[in-house]
Amino acid sequence: MTDVAIIGIGITQFGEFWERSYRDLITEAGVKAIKDAGIDGIEVQALYVGSMTPGLFIQQEHIGSLVADNAGLTGIPATRVESACASGGIALREAYIAIKSGIADIVVAGGVEKMTDASIEHATDALAGAADQEWEAFHGVTFPALYAMMARRHMLEYGTTEEQMGMVAVKNHHNGAFNPNAQFRKPVTLEEVMNSSPVADPLKLLDCSPITDGAAAVILASRERARELCENPVWITGSGQASDTLALHDRKSMCRTEAAVKASKVAYKMANVSPADLDFAEVHDCFTIAEIMAIESLGFCKLGEGGKYTEKGETSLKGSMPVNTSGGLKAKGHPVGATGIAQAVEAVLQLRGKAEKRQIDGAKVGLTHNVGGSGASCVVHIFEKEVRK
Amino acid sequence: MCGAHLREGGAEMTEGLALHWRLLQPRYNLIGNVCRTCGQHYFPPRNICPACRRRGVIEKFKFSGEGEVYTFTVVRAAPTGFEYQKPYVVAIIKLKEGALCTAQIVDCKPEEVEIGKPVKMVFRKIMADDDAGIIRYGYKFKLKI
Repeated sequence: MTDVAIIGIGITQFGEFWERSYRDLITEAGVKAIKDAGIDGIEVQALYVGSMTPGLFIQQEHIGSLVADNAGLTGIPATRVESACASGGIALREAYIAIKSGIADIVVAGGVEKMTDASIEHATDALAGAADQEWEAFHGVTFPALYAMMARRHMLEYGTTEEQMGMVAVKNHHNGAFNPNAQFRKPVTLEEVMNSSPVADPLKLLDCSPITDGAAAVILASRERARELCENPVWITGSGQASDTLALHDRKSMCRTEAAVKASKVAYKMANVSPADLDFAEVHDCFTIAEIMAIESLGFCKLGEGGKYTEKGETSLKGSMPVNTSGGLKAKGHPVGATGIAQAVEAVLQLRGKAEKRQIDGAKVGLTHNVGGSGASCVVHIFEKEVRK
Repeated sequence: MCGAHLREGGAEMTEGLALHWRLLQPRYNLIGNVCRTCGQHYFPPRNICPACRRRGVIEKFKFSGEGEVYTFTVVRAAPTGFEYQKPYVVAIIKLKEGALCTAQIVDCKPEEVEIGKPVKMVFRKIMADDDAGIIRYGYKFKLKI
């Protein structure tokens, strides 16, 4: 089977854009990616686009064809992928599989969400669709509430503190300040996080990722085409995906994301790397506790030690395992369907050495971790500068 | 968004009605399942025992309604239909028979709720009138002491 590389990336500004539509955003990201790859649109053979719930946010379905149409790619197979907040990451995996299978050698993977056309209440209700509608959301459970219940177990079982969670927000806002595409390019202090308004105890406003409009796209190519078209391809050397129970109350543990453990195991094995080989990681910090659970589930530190690991500064830009150099979902923003692709864009920027003030020197291997809902789906990718054999 | 609730039930009265009616047994009486093959209790109800799959024999089971707080939070930013209840306590309850389920804890101050405290099911209104005109009832829990 062929190796697969990313040869082009495109991302829009993330934020709240009253003047920009769903199709404006995904078209901009796609055009930028095609330009960056130095190819012509006619060379793209298939399209996968991650989008969580445009039906509820903008009352539009049939997204695959809409995107192909607006991008001037009508005719090619165009498929929307949905797995709640992991839609983008799984669209990337589907594109990767299409090239691995040999049915295509240049494929675009995109992700997009236009969340601010809906009122804040409707956006919250739409997102609740990623939980179990009949047995969780029915009782007035919100997403912050689900993660708050995980946080409380984590605090009880491992002594994780609200301050340690707050430190995740401080770090990610610090990194986001260096990312020109981030929604929040402003550092926050631990005091500001701790004093922000309560949302679902113990989570406060600054523990939560925002509602965001945005899109991202990457162009994938087979080894042969990548070598021919690109001077600095970034190789996808591992890809793993897993599922778990839809509802949080059915999980074996509420402190560990089992789907992340399984997906990362597959990805590490495929790439033949271990957490110690990674130079950076983009993880799914929809809430601060989610980053703490992610770094444990991915094996960066032991189960239960994510809070202390964060407090020690290991995950900061200068730490031993920089996490969310882009600012993460917390500061960069979280247009749900776009998030998984935006993480891949950051991985490519780091491996090209083009991440500007947030660049990790000499980065060669990176990981992305994209979670759906409260952990019912997870997809992990490993990216490398060189293909090692 | 056309004024339609995105929450279960949608804009069509008939859809919302049937959807809620179908779930009356588990929501009113805490009726879930037991798998006769492995003895595992399930709530909310399932069609298939995930442990035994094809070998499983799923039967109806009425839970006692006794349990304890496994984890909880206080919701201060509420979704549509719950605005007038906030702040309210949402918890995951570990039922005596082993299954875990999500529900509100009522009749107490949020600061009285603690992990491990025993609770008992009560029958309550879950959501205020929505566009479909249905008042939805179901289980909540209260602290036993």
